[in-house]
Amino acid sequence: MSVNDNLFVIILASAIFYGTPLVFAALGELLSERSGVINLGVEGMMLLGAVCSAVVAANLDGPAALVLPLALLAGMAAAALGAAIHAFLVITLRVNQIISGLALTIFAGAAGLSSYLANVWGLGRNPSLNQFGRMDLFGLKDVPVVGPILFDQTLLTYLSWLLVGLAMVYLFRTRMGLHLRAVGESPQTADSVGIPVTRYRYGHVIVGGMFAGIAGACYSLTIVPTWANGLTSGAGWIALALVIFGFWRPDLTLVGAYLFGALSSLSFTLQARGIDVPSALLNALPYLATIVVLVLVSNSRLSRRLGSPAALGRPYEREER
Amino acid sequence: MSVASRLGVRLEPRVDVPRWMNWAVPIGSFLSALLVGSVVLLITSQNPISVYQRILERGFLDSGSLSNTLISATPLLFTGLCAAVAFRVGFFNIGGEGQFYVGAVFASGIALALGADAQSWIAIGAMILAGALGGALWAFIPGILRARFRTNEIITSLMLNYVAGIGATYLIFESDSFWRELSGTGAVFPKGKIIPLTAQWPSFDLGTLVVPFGLLLGVLVAVWLHVLQRRTRFGYEMRVVGGAPSTARYAGMRPARVVVAVAMLSGALAGLGGATDVGNFRHVLDPKGLQQSGFGYAGIVVAALARLNPLAVVFVAIILGGITNAGYALQGPDFPAGLVGTLEGLILFCTLGGEVLARYRIVLSRRRPEAMSA
Repeated sequence: MSVNDNLFVIILASAIFYGTPLVFAALGELLSERSGVINLGVEGMMLLGAVCSAVVAANLDGPAALVLPLALLAGMAAAALGAAIHAFLVITLRVNQIISGLALTIFAGAAGLSSYLANVWGLGRNPSLNQFGRMDLFGLKDVPVVGPILFDQTLLTYLSWLLVGLAMVYLFRTRMGLHLRAVGESPQTADSVGIPVTRYRYGHVIVGGMFAGIAGACYSLTIVPTWANGLTSGAGWIALALVIFGFWRPDLTLVGAYLFGALSSLSFTLQARGIDVPSALLNALPYLATIVVLVLVSNSRLSRRLGSPAALGRPYEREER
Repeated sequence: MSVASRLGVRLEPRVDVPRWMNWAVPIGSFLSALLVGSVVLLITSQNPISVYQRILERGFLDSGSLSNTLISATPLLFTGLCAAVAFRVGFFNIGGEGQFYVGAVFASGIALALGADAQSWIAIGAMILAGALGGALWAFIPGILRARFRTNEIITSLMLNYVAGIGATYLIFESDSFWRELSGTGAVFPKGKIIPLTAQWPSFDLGTLVVPFGLLLGVLVAVWLHVLQRRTRFGYEMRVVGGAPSTARYAGMRPARVVVAVAMLSGALAGLGGATDVGNFRHVLDPKGLQQSGFGYAGIVVAALARLNPLAVVFVAIILGGITNAGYALQGPDFPAGLVGTLEGLILFCTLGGEVLARYRIVLSRRRPEAMSA
């Protein structure tokens, strides 16, 4: 038995595999919240992304290298459309962000549009022809320990690393990132120095939607290739918690996502090993852990200092001048 | 520069809302939702007119359909009240779903424990109390976490929905629990024990209309909540805490206590709904059925459409109950699952937008060039 069959290695490798959609979803929500807009529609947008990319992947004939990017784009576009509804309602019409986000999840979620579209388009009967398979990056898959963990993931995982890096640079090293943070902290101040508040908010909410769309595609194109209604099973909500857990920083959010990836993969991994743990307990673990983590974070002094963007959840009303 | 970008759209608060708008805006929102819905239907090659016509027939007009609609409306009434009460004080309890399950677990548990020998009114009363208690305890968790640690109740209450679903599934499918039927076909196909006849709730015939006892209970509770909110000290505290938490603190109220109390009240309402589900309709703890129904989430739509007013919740629950009932009755290739949620979501979106139009005037204005960037 090689080192790479070690339980520890397998758990870490699957933590990254199952954590990848959480990285995308949380990163998208982070961008939106940094601009001052909470979007509780993540779960709904993910499901929209999942269904649209699954439909393209299941029905389009062609080489995987062509079909998969198109599927991903379809998912991103659908989720972005959902985000745009939310953006219009809360930014232009100043509807309560919490209610509007919930409306988006109800509209698009497991009992709504995503399941409707899946039914109408006959998903679930035929599994996706094309899926994102594991990619042996640089041929390093068999390297002890780090091989399976870092170099035997899907293309989407590598993409998520790239995006987390870019987001770090964007937020903390570029002028636009600085402007974005200003919009989230104090839109009045930002506006007074000529930063287009509305445009920033629209932009980041919609880009956040695209990320949620990729997160949904992670499910329908890798994790659950045969469609099931509501296949994200609450991951969108866990992503919302991860943003808080990560103090609105992409790097910490990534760590949190893998922690939860490990928890959600535990029931498959342990069962495959024949280790007998009540599956109900393992299934409930990610949700219970989310609550525990949220309590720890909300109770610490740290969250006050590193805490949320000051203008989070508040519409910006420019007074007539 | 295009003309569109030079024209600014501004929202200006209305000084006074014209009377006709109180009627026109909800109706207009509803109609626009149907319009947008028909676009979705057309894109997915369904005929919107026949879909809407069938919803109207199977939800309200066909013989017996209204009785079925009242059955669908009953759980929505309770979960709608659950969300309405909590949202009023700014406690966004999304956990009505899980509190509903726990109420169903408690109510079926007590009904099974009392057995067939208990008098009917005792069994039903015990189920009502047990259901409310179960929901209240489940909602106590996000309530106390919010009050003590300022933990975001939206996420905690939602996470508990999944935990409750997994727990109820465990009771029936993964263990030999007290709730599970272990004899007969139950030994082969996991299912819950059916509660004794004496514990099953009555329904009343009013001419052709069958009114479930649970619905009457829900209407009574809605009226009680209305009085509670308008006429009592606690209701006043709820309004102050919801509107201005710091004012509440200066006035010597304890917002944390009010929040926990409201959380538990809200949970108790959803739990009552769960008791209704077992007592009046399913007569068994059915985790799969509960999770497929998603009454808790639909309750949020009900509450938002009713503008968090308990009496309006009754009305909205019956309307959405009709759509839900039509969804059950028509489910099939011509009426795919998910359509009901889609329509509900659209109605909610349009109502949210419509309310803004009621509160603000839309002013088109030419912008000065220096303001272009906004």
